[in-house]
Amino acid sequence: MEKIAVSVDDLTVAYNYKPVLWDIDLAIPEGVLMAIVGPNGAGKSTLIKAILGIIDPIAGSIGIYGKPYEDQRQKVAYVPQKGSVDWDFPTTALDVVMMGTYGSLGWIKRPGKAQKKAALEALEKVGMLPFKNRQISQLSGGQQQRIFLARALVQNAAIYFMDEPFQGVDATTEKAIVNILKELRKTGKTVIVVHHDLQTVPEYFDWVTFLNVKKIATGPVSTIFNDDNLTKTYGINYKVSLQQ
Amino acid sequence: MSLGEYFELLFTDYTLGVITLGTAILGAVTGMLGSFAVLRKQSLLGDAISHAALPGIALAFLFTGAKDSNVLLIGALISGLLGAFWIRGMVKNTHLKADTALGLVLSLFFGLGMLLLTYIQKLPNANQAGLDKYLFGQAATLVASDVWIMVAITAVSLFILLLFWKEFKLLLFDADYTKTLGFNTRFIDTLITFFIVIAIVIGLQTVGVVLMSAMLLAPAAAARQWTNKLSVMIGLAAFFGAFSGVFGTAISATQSNLSTGPVIVLVAAFFVLISFVFSPGRGLLFREIRFQKNRRELELKKTLQFMYSIAKTHEDISHPHAVKILNNFQGFTRKTLQQMVDKKWVTLDGTMWSMTALGYEEAENLYSQT
Repeated sequence: MEKIAVSVDDLTVAYNYKPVLWDIDLAIPEGVLMAIVGPNGAGKSTLIKAILGIIDPIAGSIGIYGKPYEDQRQKVAYVPQKGSVDWDFPTTALDVVMMGTYGSLGWIKRPGKAQKKAALEALEKVGMLPFKNRQISQLSGGQQQRIFLARALVQNAAIYFMDEPFQGVDATTEKAIVNILKELRKTGKTVIVVHHDLQTVPEYFDWVTFLNVKKIATGPVSTIFNDDNLTKTYGINYKVSLQQ
Repeated sequence: MSLGEYFELLFTDYTLGVITLGTAILGAVTGMLGSFAVLRKQSLLGDAISHAALPGIALAFLFTGAKDSNVLLIGALISGLLGAFWIRGMVKNTHLKADTALGLVLSLFFGLGMLLLTYIQKLPNANQAGLDKYLFGQAATLVASDVWIMVAITAVSLFILLLFWKEFKLLLFDADYTKTLGFNTRFIDTLITFFIVIAIVIGLQTVGVVLMSAMLLAPAAAARQWTNKLSVMIGLAAFFGAFSGVFGTAISATQSNLSTGPVIVLVAAFFVLISFVFSPGRGLLFREIRFQKNRRELELKKTLQFMYSIAKTHEDISHPHAVKILNNFQGFTRKTLQQMVDKKWVTLDGTMWSMTALGYEEAENLYSQT
């Protein structure tokens, strides 16, 4: 039996009166590259945010390798949606990536040589080393996304949560990001991605969760990524066979 | 008194020295902390807090009957903090948006403050005169002990700023991410808000309730134009603030009947104006210059491209052609032709032009760049 990296039990989240997530149960095995798919407003981002403790759920519990998230922070890295921050903030690409080391440093302690080295390596990995001193507003959307990815890579976590990393990036960047995700999986990491493009699910991912406020299905892409689940999730007739 | 005389007096006249030092330090600390307000897009928070401080001043006077500025400022601090955290609570717990909450708190507290002030003015207490100076501030009332308090507060906030630099920067840039890294964002947030309130409160005596928010925002807005580095921005904001303080005091001291607070604010606003127009990276002037330059460059390249299309049909790329045939092409003028000669892209011989190897190569590479 494989290890469970992330477990979600009876998770319910509501904004005001409207439930956004309803009674979600999930057990995500270690080492999978998983897509969370569902229509707009299905609660995909909310699910990630609730797991990471950014949003307080009404009910339910989260386990990261069986323990509460607060005790396991070092094992988890997060790539927020690119649009969630102000890219005109006065800082450089390298500086943003360095922020990935702040968690392991803890309060007050400043990043030093080791942290800078790790940040430069992460920049190299995402192909952004030549841009390290660039003011972040002068980066393209795809480059900004790579910077966010590098910031998470620096955390050297076991589990990566990514909120729409392919949003607004060009084909080259998408390919580069996918390669990094696959590499992460190869080294045994668990990667959980909020994803929009159904066509690429079978190509990029090996595990998938269908979500529309409730969990529709979760499991290996090869067995559960089918018309039936897509229709249940999106409410209209979907054909997986689009790309063949 | 002329400006020259003022700066001579600065080092000999004790009162003038104290006031100038006070406004300089005030400008520095508000510029520094104002950077945080600007970067958190909470520029109006300062305005609400300064207005919220007014009833605190009035109540402190009513309770103690004394006009000691320190006592009054403690009242201002309490009601300013109350206003600030009320705004935050409102945004968090109701459907109201931040601007509505700010507006509500601002007008509610300010209204209450004005009410209390008019009540105090009717009291048969000779001591009450001059409480309304907190509306627009009066630098002339600054004494050495006030300035020492400012120095102490500046030192403490600088220390806190340096101590939590990393955490502040992280929160300002990406609050959600900060939370996932395990930092207590509420603590950092409260710390920032607390120091913004303190900066406002110590400025009330000098600049006043109504204009205080300008002291927070103007130096920071100006500083942002000159740099893309947070530390430099905060340093510059402090410098602009201090300079506005000194210069504003100087101007108001050399003219009769000019209150210091508004003059300081106007000097700070002047910095903003200059920065918006003349800063090299983000300023309007240089942006326009870059825009025009790019346009001319493009026109030139368009012409070159056209010449290239003619030249490449000949075996010898430098085969001469009549200038006339370019006339059909819209981007072409005598001037562009001369510029191309200067760039050694073409040579000109009377009414004939011929392309150089350099120009040919340039044209070939025009669209190959990715």
